[in-house]
Amino acid sequence: MKVKDVVEKLNLTVFGGEAGLDREIKGGYVSDLLSDVMGSTDEGTLWVTLQSHRNVVGIAALKDLAGVIIVKGFVPNTETLEDSDREGVPLLGTSMETFEVAGLLYRMLADDAELPG
Amino acid sequence: MKFEFDIADGDFAKAGTSSSQVKHILKQLNVDTKIIKKTTVAIYEAEVNVVAHAVGGGKLLADINLERIVVEVADLGPGIADIPQAMVEGFSTASPEVISMGFGAGMGLPNMRKNADKLEIISGVDEGTRVVITNYI
Repeated sequence: MKVKDVVEKLNLTVFGGEAGLDREIKGGYVSDLLSDVMGSTDEGTLWVTLQSHRNVVGIAALKDLAGVIIVKGFVPNTETLEDSDREGVPLLGTSMETFEVAGLLYRMLADDAELPG
Repeated sequence: MKFEFDIADGDFAKAGTSSSQVKHILKQLNVDTKIIKKTTVAIYEAEVNVVAHAVGGGKLLADINLERIVVEVADLGPGIADIPQAMVEGFSTASPEVISMGFGAGMGLPNMRKNADKLEIISGVDEGTRVVITNYI
């Protein structure tokens, strides 16, 4: 499943990084601790978080993540959007809470990607 | 091959810039992806520590040859009083502001240890900190 499929199915806002919307999603990860994401994710992961500052894009780019979903209606600032465009990291948004978006995502990816458990 | 980058203290907007440049260099040198990944994690954590704790910034020196990558991250910050304690997962001295950004969870040094073949930390109170990460190719 590609990032753009998730955008469509979950009706996500695309804040930036449209160049990466064709990336294949290999799994998901939920965390608001940046070192946890740094240490525990792999390439192609779709990251769900309530953090919305520039370092989120920095980490997503360094780890070659598929993209980031920012929950609860948080909106990244202009610099963060510019970073996501430059790095081609899809920065997505939803008004849903983490639990809800993670649950929907899990169901969508269950048949499609390598997931734990 | 040797490369040097400056790390600014307190500037979270730029945190990760040096790590990103080293990652880029390693990719161009066709270093194995797994080694690039672990090295990137280890040096990112070291870089963030300089941003979060050091006063006066620091430097990142990367020395790469066919056998290994050595990255030294050094600063003249407050230093680490008790290194074994700092290595314990969850131990942190980060400010509330840094913690609210999702940093300072006490996972940085453990992440470095997990992603470095060899990790040396030389530090003392008011003596700054020098972290040397070695990964074999």
